[in-house]
Amino acid sequence: MSWERDKRNGSWVVKVGLASCGIAAGGQRVYDALKAGIIARGLKNNVEVRRTGCMGMCYSEVLVEVFPPLGRRVFYRNVTPEQIQRIIEEHIIGGSPVTEWIIPADEIDDLLSKQRRIVLRNCGLIDPESIDDYLAADGYKALDKALHSMSPQVVIDEVTSSGLRGRGGAGFPTGIKWGFARKSPGSQKYVICNADEGDPGAFMDRSVLESDPHSIIEGMLIAGYAIGASEGYIYVRAEYPLAIHRLEIALDQARERGLIGETILDSDFDFNICIRQGAGAFVCGEETALMASIEGKRGMPNFRPPFPAQSGLWGKPTNINNVETLANISWIILNGANAYNALGTEKSKGTKVFALAGKIARGGLIEVPMGISLKEIVFDIGGGTSEGLDFKAVQMGGPSGGVIPASMADTPVDYDSITKTGAIMGSGGLIVMDESACMVDVAKFFLNFIQDESCGKCTFCRIGTLRMREILDRISRGEGKEEDMEHLEELAQGVKKASLCGLGQTAPNPVLTTLRYFRDEYEAHIQEKICPAKKCEALITYEIIPEKCPGCGLCAKYCPVEAISGEKKKSHLIDPDKCIRCGLCMSMCRLGAISVH
Amino acid sequence: MVTKAKDREELSFTVIDAIAHKHNVQPGAVIPALQEIQDAYGYIPLVAIERIAENIGVPASEIYGIVTFYSQFRLEPVGENLIRVCHGTACHLNGAERIAQAIAQATGAEEGETSRDGKFTVERVACLGCCSLAPCTMINNEVHGRLTPESINKIVSQVQEVQELTPTK
Repeated sequence: MSWERDKRNGSWVVKVGLASCGIAAGGQRVYDALKAGIIARGLKNNVEVRRTGCMGMCYSEVLVEVFPPLGRRVFYRNVTPEQIQRIIEEHIIGGSPVTEWIIPADEIDDLLSKQRRIVLRNCGLIDPESIDDYLAADGYKALDKALHSMSPQVVIDEVTSSGLRGRGGAGFPTGIKWGFARKSPGSQKYVICNADEGDPGAFMDRSVLESDPHSIIEGMLIAGYAIGASEGYIYVRAEYPLAIHRLEIALDQARERGLIGETILDSDFDFNICIRQGAGAFVCGEETALMASIEGKRGMPNFRPPFPAQSGLWGKPTNINNVETLANISWIILNGANAYNALGTEKSKGTKVFALAGKIARGGLIEVPMGISLKEIVFDIGGGTSEGLDFKAVQMGGPSGGVIPASMADTPVDYDSITKTGAIMGSGGLIVMDESACMVDVAKFFLNFIQDESCGKCTFCRIGTLRMREILDRISRGEGKEEDMEHLEELAQGVKKASLCGLGQTAPNPVLTTLRYFRDEYEAHIQEKICPAKKCEALITYEIIPEKCPGCGLCAKYCPVEAISGEKKKSHLIDPDKCIRCGLCMSMCRLGAISVH
Repeated sequence: MVTKAKDREELSFTVIDAIAHKHNVQPGAVIPALQEIQDAYGYIPLVAIERIAENIGVPASEIYGIVTFYSQFRLEPVGENLIRVCHGTACHLNGAERIAQAIAQATGAEEGETSRDGKFTVERVACLGCCSLAPCTMINNEVHGRLTPESINKIVSQVQEVQELTPTK
């Protein structure tokens, strides 16, 4: 496992995972406490405290890795600043780990044994703000190799024969895309890194940018050399401030070392990169809309052809790749196409990164070889569902994707098999749902998103999805009609056919897949007026179980509409006419005295 | 375009012009320039739209069209604290609506509103990308994860306390 390859100089190494997830869980405070604690005990020369990116085990954040000079490294999970003192005293000074806070070795094995980390090769290992760390991990060696021993065409051939396909979702072969851009006439060409990760439930690109920004820069440089471009843009969401900050640091460092600029590594290759912040429009993940946005316009898609490779940014040949695609490049150049295409299935080579979230016990960032089954991801790596309820479905591909039911969990993860289910591989968001998820509600959720994010250019996407949402609203209120399911399907076909870009063409997928696999749930809403998952507000009632309610008044205090009343120390009552079914009382009650049916 | 008289009095053109000039008056730089203006003022004042349009030499309506297209841009000032409530898929499944409800109660502002005392603006966002810590929200650029309606109350009152102790700008 690559996890074991750090260099240490006979000292202890202690690392704190400081990507956004780690920081959100309080990682910076843990890091500060650790540094202060080490200095206070005069251990500065024996213990090296390092910052690193995403370790992938987001469910255990804050993560602290302690690696003694001799012996095994261990991971502490859910670390708080208060725990640092004991870790320093008992483990680092005393030599015996605080076992009750450690992630058991077999759990780590479960997590890692089915993974293969290529894109994530440095994530959680190196300091993302240090170019020296990246260089020590063979960083920029692939660029050196490409510039000095490979012609641009040889680079393209290598990427083509690796079988790498676009990881943004569509899965177009990367090498072929590069070949088109290379063949397009013109002296000015562009490389764009699409880091406008907008799918709700996806955080792969953010994690890679925050944990290993140089790998993206190196990928872009190699792409620039291959297609003959001299300028690059990284289009990254403004919602990712830490990713932007670390990219800026990395770009400055690379410029300082002569890895960006003119005559890079003493070759005749010149290349510059600048960052553009996306301003919060999901449609800008679509390549023609993205380019319009860089040009300073409203980010609305344009008709293709011409494809960006022919006429892209400012009308010049442009190659656009997603973050994960670019992160693969230097590994492929360094290790060879054959090492890459040895992994995966016949038509889907290599690995895929997934952001595992939702009702999953071990959510986080994983990278698996193509061809692994969904079941292995959910159960072997993810540890099954998080709240003890049965596994119901996974949602892949965000608003463009679909829901795959538990009964099809043997489906292998490759482009073709996933497409057959009606979902798409997508960029890598993989949301696990348990029995508490209502499929009508899920479909409605994604259509709400599409309604917010449709740019409005195509009538079907703009209004067709609105009509679909109205039908779903009706169904979830218990006012659905028999013909509603048919209407949904009819509208879905229209939206698919009459939309210009991928956003509209794929927008009906969540509705179509839930209709296909969970038709009985729609029927229960329409015919019996019940929501089997107890989610749709209009079809449920909250009640207090008198035997369990001690009358503490907590629920009444938090009820936003004062629907709960009762005397102190006597069981309370919910007024169903006032109740807005927000469920706040149920989540506040510590005694489980509130039921929903 | 209607420009509030208040805007004209309060805003100096120098900042806006400096930002526009820094970006070299290229059409491609409109969005970065607007982002800097929002960073400086907390929102895009209508007068800034006119000024940028003048600087670049395009109709103000074009800039206005860009501002209203992108959800990042605001045409109204924000409160002292900005709360972005995540409604991504993982957060939705883990009770984002309840969190939104609790935030509205604790701050007095529903999503899309600013509280009466001007302390909080609450926004709804599609996804913060911290899905494994769902449900989460971002308060002034800091993400808080694994929220419960109860912890929201604590966090909001902490934010209020910290600000009462430190003098405002």
